[in-house]
Amino acid sequence: MAMLTVNNLHVYYGVIHALKGISFEVEKGEVIALIGANGAGKTTTLQTLTGLLSSKQGSVIFEGKDITKVPAHKIVEMGIAHVPEGRRVFSQLSVYDNLKMGAFTRKDKAEIEESLSIVYKRFPRLEERKNQRAGTLSGGEQQMLAMGRALMSRPRLIVMDEPSMGLSPIYVNEIFDIIEAVSKSGTTVLLVEQNAKKALSIADRAYVMETGKITMEGIAEDLLHNEAVRSAYLGE
Amino acid sequence: MSFLTYLKDGISLGSVYAIIALGYTMVYGIAKMLNFAHGDVIMVGAYVVLMLLTRAGVPGILAVVIAMAVCTILGITIEKVAYRPLRKASSPLAVLITAIGVSYLLQNIALLMFGADGKTFVDVIKLPSLSFGDGKLVISGTTIVTILACIIIMICLTLFVGKTKQGHAMQAVSEDKDAAQLMGVNVNGTISLTFAIGSALAAVAGVLLCSAYPIVTPYTGAMPGIKAFVAAVFGGIGSIPGAMIGGILLGVIEILSKAYISSQIADAIVFGVLIIVLLVKPSGLFGKNVQEKV
Ligand SMILES: Nc1ncnc2c1ncn2[C@@H]1O[C@H](COP(=O)(O)OP(=O)(O)OP(=O)(O)O)[C@@H](O)[C@H]1O
Ligand SMILES: [Mg+2]
Repeated sequence: MAMLTVNNLHVYYGVIHALKGISFEVEKGEVIALIGANGAGKTTTLQTLTGLLSSKQGSVIFEGKDITKVPAHKIVEMGIAHVPEGRRVFSQLSVYDNLKMGAFTRKDKAEIEESLSIVYKRFPRLEERKNQRAGTLSGGEQQMLAMGRALMSRPRLIVMDEPSMGLSPIYVNEIFDIIEAVSKSGTTVLLVEQNAKKALSIADRAYVMETGKITMEGIAEDLLHNEAVRSAYLGE
Repeated sequence: MSFLTYLKDGISLGSVYAIIALGYTMVYGIAKMLNFAHGDVIMVGAYVVLMLLTRAGVPGILAVVIAMAVCTILGITIEKVAYRPLRKASSPLAVLITAIGVSYLLQNIALLMFGADGKTFVDVIKLPSLSFGDGKLVISGTTIVTILACIIIMICLTLFVGKTKQGHAMQAVSEDKDAAQLMGVNVNGTISLTFAIGSALAAVAGVLLCSAYPIVTPYTGAMPGIKAFVAAVFGGIGSIPGAMIGGILLGVIEILSKAYISSQIADAIVFGVLIIVLLVKPSGLFGKNVQEKV
């Protein structure tokens, strides 16, 4: 059975029908890319998974448990961390306190310290700036903080919403290297990206969304060479 | 009376404003709403202490603790029953109007229970006064306790918000409710906690206020509530040191205006100062000019 099964999800914003029956699966250990144009419903999908939005119809099953109606603040404890679109770090808190917020639901003090050192190893820049307020970090550093913060919960599944948005090419490469490393260390990844080329190059499988529906799915490598995908999302 | 005496009275009154303003500012910072019923919780606290002392003969300290508990429960209940259902309402005006409604409700309940006549408050604080310079400056026990209470509350709250896990959760909720939830923070629980703290402080403020100005009426909390709101805005709404400094400045300005200018227009001066401060620095003295980084 898949780690995450999303079945026929319908989500509305008032009268706007944003998700029109989305279904997909994520297997343990995979990197799944979810790509699509602006407004396709990618963020809506992730926010519904982690309880920030509620669905009118459909279900979300994670590790065999129905989490469709589980409130957002209980999701992280179940093993899913969400790196939100636009980073959303706590700008008034220090880098260190932001990372500690990532471990908010954990009680194991010694192991939290261990997670912290793992995060610092992965993002040395965060350690250098640990006492700085998060609001003073550059965009790329804030993205790293958002990812580090999510990793502090030791998730089994991490969902990321456009981690490369607005970053310079060097940062983009760094972020994608880190996503690969996170995946290698055993965390399953669900990645939403505008940068379809990059996302497809590190993903195992991918889903393509268009106006609230999944229109294509397959092995990432195949989609990378698919004519329709190339012309619509890779700008070729 | 000497300038120092007025200054002392101003700081003392300002300390009460500061304690009330802390409740306003914390609730605003975290729930993003103006709880206009906050002032009336002060009045409830004062009546509870008065009743416990005069009718039940409960010792002073215990009465204050019970009043804090009662106000805490009242604050949590008001939030849950009146504000929470409206939190997702399309207009923030809905909750503002409800808060004004709750304020009148509390006043009217007090009116029904205790009548409109002022009741003389009893001495809760039985500390001797200090005298300086051959009695030129006498600081009453009430004043000492009031100023000390304000300082202690300020220190405890700053440590709580800045150093504890729950305090960080509060800051997180204040900045970004969704992101806080993704960390596992229960937003409703955090807002309840904020109301609990603010209301417990309101009870303390009620006792201190009525110890200094010993008449309790159903409207006892209304004007101090509004002044404390002004103090919170003055200091920068959402800021804990801002509420503290704003409260004390307001108290000092009010007493000095009454002493040296005119007691009739003292309140007008207080509000005039607020307007000037806001014209110069719209976010208040300690207001954060939060810049969004995109
Ligand atoms: N709060 C909202 N209220 C109303 N409509 C919304 C809201 N948020 C999103 N929508 C609509 O829902 C649809 C899906 O939006 P969503 O943010 O999920 O898209 P997206 O794929 O993440 O886009 P992007 O790549 O620009 O981030 C869009 O048509 C959008 O206009
Ligand atoms: Mg999006």
